[in-house]
Amino acid sequence: MIEFLKASKSFRTAKREVHAVQDVSLTIEQGDIYGIIGFSGAGKSTLLRLVNLLEKPTAGSVKVQGTDITTLSPKELRKLRRRIGMIFQNFNLFTSRTVAGNVGYPLKLAGTPRQEVQKRVAELLQFVGLSDKANDYPEQLSGGQKQRVGIARALATSPDILICDEATSALDPETTADILRLLKKVNAEFGITILLITHEMHVIQTICNKVTIMENGKVLESGSVFDTFTNPQHETTQKFIQSVQQDRPSSTLLEKWRADGGTKLYRIVFKGDIAGAPLLSRITRKHGTDFNIVYGTVRELQEQLYGNLLVSFEGPELAIKQVISELSELTEIKEVKTDAS
Amino acid sequence: MQVDWQTFWPRIVEATGETIFMVIATLILGSILGISIGLLLFVTRKGNILENKFVSVLLNLLINFIRPIPFIIFLVAISPLTRTLIGTTIGTWAAVFPMTIAASFGIARVVENNLISIDPGVIEAAKAMGASPFQIIFTVLIPEALGPLILGLTFVTVSLIDFSAMAGTVGGGGLGHIAMTYGYQRFDGSVMVVTVVLLILLVQLAQWLGNSLSRKFLRR
Repeated sequence: MIEFLKASKSFRTAKREVHAVQDVSLTIEQGDIYGIIGFSGAGKSTLLRLVNLLEKPTAGSVKVQGTDITTLSPKELRKLRRRIGMIFQNFNLFTSRTVAGNVGYPLKLAGTPRQEVQKRVAELLQFVGLSDKANDYPEQLSGGQKQRVGIARALATSPDILICDEATSALDPETTADILRLLKKVNAEFGITILLITHEMHVIQTICNKVTIMENGKVLESGSVFDTFTNPQHETTQKFIQSVQQDRPSSTLLEKWRADGGTKLYRIVFKGDIAGAPLLSRITRKHGTDFNIVYGTVRELQEQLYGNLLVSFEGPELAIKQVISELSELTEIKEVKTDAS
Repeated sequence: MQVDWQTFWPRIVEATGETIFMVIATLILGSILGISIGLLLFVTRKGNILENKFVSVLLNLLINFIRPIPFIIFLVAISPLTRTLIGTTIGTWAAVFPMTIAASFGIARVVENNLISIDPGVIEAAKAMGASPFQIIFTVLIPEALGPLILGLTFVTVSLIDFSAMAGTVGGGGLGHIAMTYGYQRFDGSVMVVTVVLLILLVQLAQWLGNSLSRKFLRR
């Protein structure tokens, strides 16, 4: 659907050359809700703009539905842009047009007859739940409502792809959840492929099926959201994951645990079906030992269970070793250093 | 020597009409020219939809060359051109020509400034929806800037009333001419008072019209 092939983009400023995107190769499949996450300045916003050529790559190419878009004529490019809806962090609504005027604008550009525009606008406003606001001006709306108008406007020309530039970053948590639900509905009901960029791991966790982590214009890692959350490869990825799920207690708590004569701590990570089985109790009982869950979470991620526990064992040393070796065959288990690391 | 008000009132009315005519004609012609130049200034700026360094530098030079010239000097300096184009340097049309030229460049800057204040994100959104540069100009730039633009044109209108009075002193007619010949040269204070009051009323009227019109389009 969307393919970046060694795409790069640099800007020349008066003082130096900035490499915003460097050598990025990614494939976004039809039907994906694909998230790109990175701290500000990671180049994700520039990368997103390569998809509809608001920024032109300085090297490499970008393919949309098999066409290398860098070779299109201005007219063909404008036609392509009608197949790609875009929404923005600051909504970018036309202040001089009503809600209906904003939503109908892309259709007017395409020369759609007035009656058809009216019909489509009514449909879209119904879809985003703003039928009663058709004649209001954007200034009269709340942030969440503005983004709904943005989404309706982006969907007006029935695009195949929706690209979202930090679409929820200016919204409060509750409104963010609303907008994310709406985006999921857009994906499910119309089969529209969504490519979004964000700096909030929460957004990725809530709606994306695939994720790419970017830093300094480069891709750090890419994969399914489940694999990335359960087995992050880079420190930056870990930082993002820790922003939504703290996987270890604070170092003060760990030190207190050790000072109080606490035994060794082990981190056990369960994935998928195995999280549903009573593994821990079965194996510890078999070897005549006890376990104590010190810290941890079990949560749902992409409709799969995922557990991350800090556990201590009590019993004869040999038996504990056997428990650990048996658990390591079924889960990931690692000793956790309790000194302040 | 005092004027005979019995016969003088019709002259005042006529002069007021001339002033209004000069201002409105200049406003219409100057707006057409000024808005075009202002749009061109904006879209040819660096990084904009029709970036063009040559046009941009040329227009800026031209504007910065014309605008600092005091209007009364400009009026006289341009009179050979006025004579060639209008056929005379006396009368309202002969005043409208230099006024239009001077106003256009002022309006161009006002237009450019209003366009710069449009959120670039809105222009980007229109681009992302497949708008051509032409469509962006007419469906985004002009409607989005219309409210402040009307206020800007109101400001220009007030200075046009001022311009028209100056043009009056060199044969353009209107209230400026009356004030100059009867009020100043004949030391008739009452004529001076009447013309000044009329000019103030005209300015008030223009400002009120502009304010109420812009309120209809200003959505922020």
